[in-house]
Amino acid sequence: MSLRVSPWRALAPWLISLLVLLVIPMLVSGNGTFSIINLIAINIVFALSYNMLLGQGGMLSFGHAVFFGLGAYGAIHGMNLIGDAGYDGQGFWAHFPVYLLPLVGFATGALAALLVGWPFCRRAGTAFAMITLGLGELVAAGSQMFPTVFGGEAGVFSNRMVGPVWFGLELAQPADVYWFSAFWVLLAVFAMWAFTRTPLGRLSNAVRDNAERLQFIGYPPRNLRFLVFIAAGGFAGLGGGMAAVNYEIVTPESLGLLTSGLALLMAAVGGLGVFYGPIVGAILVTVMNSLLSDYTDASILYVGLVFLAVVMFAPSGLGGGIEQVRQAWRRGDLAAHLPGWLGGALAVVLIALGLVGTIELVYQLSHGRDKLAQVLGLQPDPSSPLVWLGVVALFAAGFGVARASKNYREARS
Amino acid sequence: MLEIIVFSTLNGLLYGLLLFMLSSGLTLIFSMMGVLNFAHASFYMLGAYFAYALGLHVGFWPALLLSPLLVAGLGAVVERFGLRRVHEHGHVAELLFTFGLAYVIDETVHLLWGSIPVSYTAPEYLRAPLFSLFGTDYSIYRGVTMMIAVLMFVALWYLLRKTRVGMMIRAALTHGAMVGHLGHNVPRLFMGVFAFGCALAALAGVIGGPLLSTEPGMAQALGPVVFVVVVVGGMGSLLGAFYASLLIGLVQTFFVALDVSIGDLLNAVGFGVDPYGEVTGITLASIAPMTPFILLVLILIFRPRGLMGELEP
Repeated sequence: MSLRVSPWRALAPWLISLLVLLVIPMLVSGNGTFSIINLIAINIVFALSYNMLLGQGGMLSFGHAVFFGLGAYGAIHGMNLIGDAGYDGQGFWAHFPVYLLPLVGFATGALAALLVGWPFCRRAGTAFAMITLGLGELVAAGSQMFPTVFGGEAGVFSNRMVGPVWFGLELAQPADVYWFSAFWVLLAVFAMWAFTRTPLGRLSNAVRDNAERLQFIGYPPRNLRFLVFIAAGGFAGLGGGMAAVNYEIVTPESLGLLTSGLALLMAAVGGLGVFYGPIVGAILVTVMNSLLSDYTDASILYVGLVFLAVVMFAPSGLGGGIEQVRQAWRRGDLAAHLPGWLGGALAVVLIALGLVGTIELVYQLSHGRDKLAQVLGLQPDPSSPLVWLGVVALFAAGFGVARASKNYREARS
Repeated sequence: MLEIIVFSTLNGLLYGLLLFMLSSGLTLIFSMMGVLNFAHASFYMLGAYFAYALGLHVGFWPALLLSPLLVAGLGAVVERFGLRRVHEHGHVAELLFTFGLAYVIDETVHLLWGSIPVSYTAPEYLRAPLFSLFGTDYSIYRGVTMMIAVLMFVALWYLLRKTRVGMMIRAALTHGAMVGHLGHNVPRLFMGVFAFGCALAALAGVIGGPLLSTEPGMAQALGPVVFVVVVVGGMGSLLGAFYASLLIGLVQTFFVALDVSIGDLLNAVGFGVDPYGEVTGITLASIAPMTPFILLVLILIFRPRGLMGELEP
């Protein structure tokens, strides 16, 4: 990678992102769509903040949702304070717009990470993974005990239509919240990208790659990990703050292992090694989760399978794949690689279709039809051997193409 | 009071032994391959569900044998075609793989058997009381479970200490490359250990299923606790895992049984606090599910190598 790039080239991704964010509301309509887009924005921030730990700092965390959830709780309590202060119009909270609540989330998340993080950051690797797992379980279980703070099973709810409104930016409909989400996601992504450019961001890569060497140079790895941990906690909290404003409710579920796993899932599917990887992952996983759950009860299974496939066959994730294509294009030998890659993609599609077929057929056998089969226009009969033969044929074709394209790629290189 | 102590000890021991069954496999796998198998508790769940499904056709006792064998086969396939492939990308990739696998197994169980508990129970004659103390029955099944767990512990000890395979395994733990140079097939040994560990987890599921409940959430409920056992006991130490299992089993059971709040405890040692306040009113029973994780965090902060471990994780 060349160090000197023209300012236009460096600005281009941001200008394009801004343009996309401005164009989206002209293309889509309906509260449902905006809800999904808002959720994507939240998850992008969450996944990117997770990647500050895992991808850039080499710290595998199973408790990142703690900071996301605490940030959300901080923001929702802030929202309630704004609502209460609205009656007499006195004090700090009476002048605090709901629009800025993600900042409260950021502060809460960073503060939580600051308070608990120091003993955790002594080592990376398995010890860190285990202790964050413990923290996650501890906070999730502990949240049930303090109903005044965490609201028990039902959670804490609030109303975002309170407080001062700046520039007429109301937050009534999901379409209004879109501008809120767009603003914060762009700001947060830019801030996290800028973080990777700071000396601290660079050093966090170094502590990931060779902590011992860094120690010798005179940077204690623990301090660096701690600082990264705080920053990641802050940005996770910012995402939580966005979620609090979007949903107007926060439940203890947002602190738990499932939410932590979601961050890991999104970041790993998108690719840990590329900055924009988690963005791709967040979009894909959120869309899959939201759309598939309307059609099939097996949606989580599909997400899990995609994750497994990425870990096994494409460890650099979707972002890594995009980066590979982009670099080949820059070098000018995309045409030479393309047939091999397309063959691989075709194999993936065939095998995936075979898997979907198997899962849906098994599901039909045990539960009766679900909607995905109907949407695809198929009415397969799981008792007929012909259908199963078709599934087997899909698998066979998939593995055949995979093999052929692999041979082709190896022959070319 | 005596009744509480006796029964909590018995139940705590039983729970601890079940935990040990799970964690022994996890510890073996970890110390050998360096993989913390996130899907371990999922294999435990599969054991219970397979035993339930098989038991409908072949009866309880054959299912008790068949189910762990089936899960062992599945474990071998997972190791051979999954883990071994991911291995070259490092430990994080392996951990991610088992994490994804846990997702997939849990969801598959959801899909196949539904989200409500299945009626997996012990045969009628095992549910009769073994003995009665203070008017409370202790069923034969609990006795049998405890016996199976102890037998398994003895068999495991014998296998590792007294047989040739055990010698190879112990050698491969510390000097994997050397064992390979001596002409043993280390990858196959790995596969065997992984399958064996999965079978142990499945056995725990088979006998634990009727005691706890056989439902799709059982893996998620126990999985993190098993990790705690392995870390608290010391990574890769079987004996440590044994002590940690019993410790956690007993502590958790006693906390559940004692009807005391934090405020009561503080008052007992001379503080004068309101026993019904928000913090002081929390009962030990409601802290019980958290105790393993409190222990985990404390151990990792103050004694990272665990009770009996030699290496820091």
